[in-house]
Amino acid sequence: MGVEQKLGNMGMVTTTLEQFVNWSRTRAMWPMLFGLACCAIEMMSAQAAHYDMSRFGMELMRASPRQSDLMIVAGRVSRKMGPILRRLYDQMPEPKWVVAMGDCASCGGVFNNYAIHQGVDELVPVDVYVAGCPPRPEALIHGIVTLYEKVNGEKFTDYTDS
Amino acid sequence: MLKELGRGLITTFKMLLESPVTIQYPEEKRPVRPRFRGRHVLKRYDNGLEKCIGCSLCAAACPADAIFVESAENTDEERYAPGERYASTYEINMLRCIFCGFCEDACPTEAIVLGANYELTFTNRRDAIYTKDSLLEAVPSPELLTPQKVEPGEYTRSIPEMEDPKL
Repeated sequence: MGVEQKLGNMGMVTTTLEQFVNWSRTRAMWPMLFGLACCAIEMMSAQAAHYDMSRFGMELMRASPRQSDLMIVAGRVSRKMGPILRRLYDQMPEPKWVVAMGDCASCGGVFNNYAIHQGVDELVPVDVYVAGCPPRPEALIHGIVTLYEKVNGEKFTDYTDS
Repeated sequence: MLKELGRGLITTFKMLLESPVTIQYPEEKRPVRPRFRGRHVLKRYDNGLEKCIGCSLCAAACPADAIFVESAENTDEERYAPGERYASTYEINMLRCIFCGFCEDACPTEAIVLGANYELTFTNRRDAIYTKDSLLEAVPSPELLTPQKVEPGEYTRSIPEMEDPKL
């Protein structure tokens, strides 16, 4: 921050605590397994060798919500699945983020009917929507990069109750 | 048993010597297949006029009801498309769209084409509704922008003469 600009390169890095916390959050964000439909296949593909989401700090998908920071909802959420999704979201520790992957999770997609939730934002706050049916693994990674941009802009005051 | 174990490990060690297959995505992009269907583009003719005539056949063909078209009348002072009508509003909800390409098949003037862009991520749902401005192809020079002022009687047909489809 300001020190380097005034004194030049001193061979060290200065930062704010806020930036450091956001940096560390984006370097180890473990997603929760939430594959519900065909988007899950693309999510697995994004984790596999060719696209390798480990490059973005997502070493492995956690099966337990208590060990995860990010919920990637991959697939359509039926009315019966809705309460379970909300319950798993509530079990995740703060701070937590949600990516709605694919058309069905984002807004119902082609399933405009009584059985499917018209978007998971009916149930949980969604940070990033990824379009595609299903999205390519690259598109999911693009969504995660978008999420990281959002996380890097977060302030501590966003987490205080006001 | 050890023989089988060794045979299995040969494969493992062989793989150690191979270079990694990972594509470094945001820097390096894998080219899409020629028939890949990504984000839509509304095409123009060479003279800058829009190919879309506002017939709403794409909206009728769309299985997800992602397209909304409203048409208006062309005049010679303000001409957007050849023929009588043009699309005054053209909206596609990218989060509804399933990229099936039925709109492309239904279009009588080949106005809507699915492109190669797949990087469609949004932080809110309103951004996902692409309007006509963002869907229309760019023009090479500003005088080709629509609406154009043309001579009366120059454009009478909505669908221009087209050659037969090639095999």
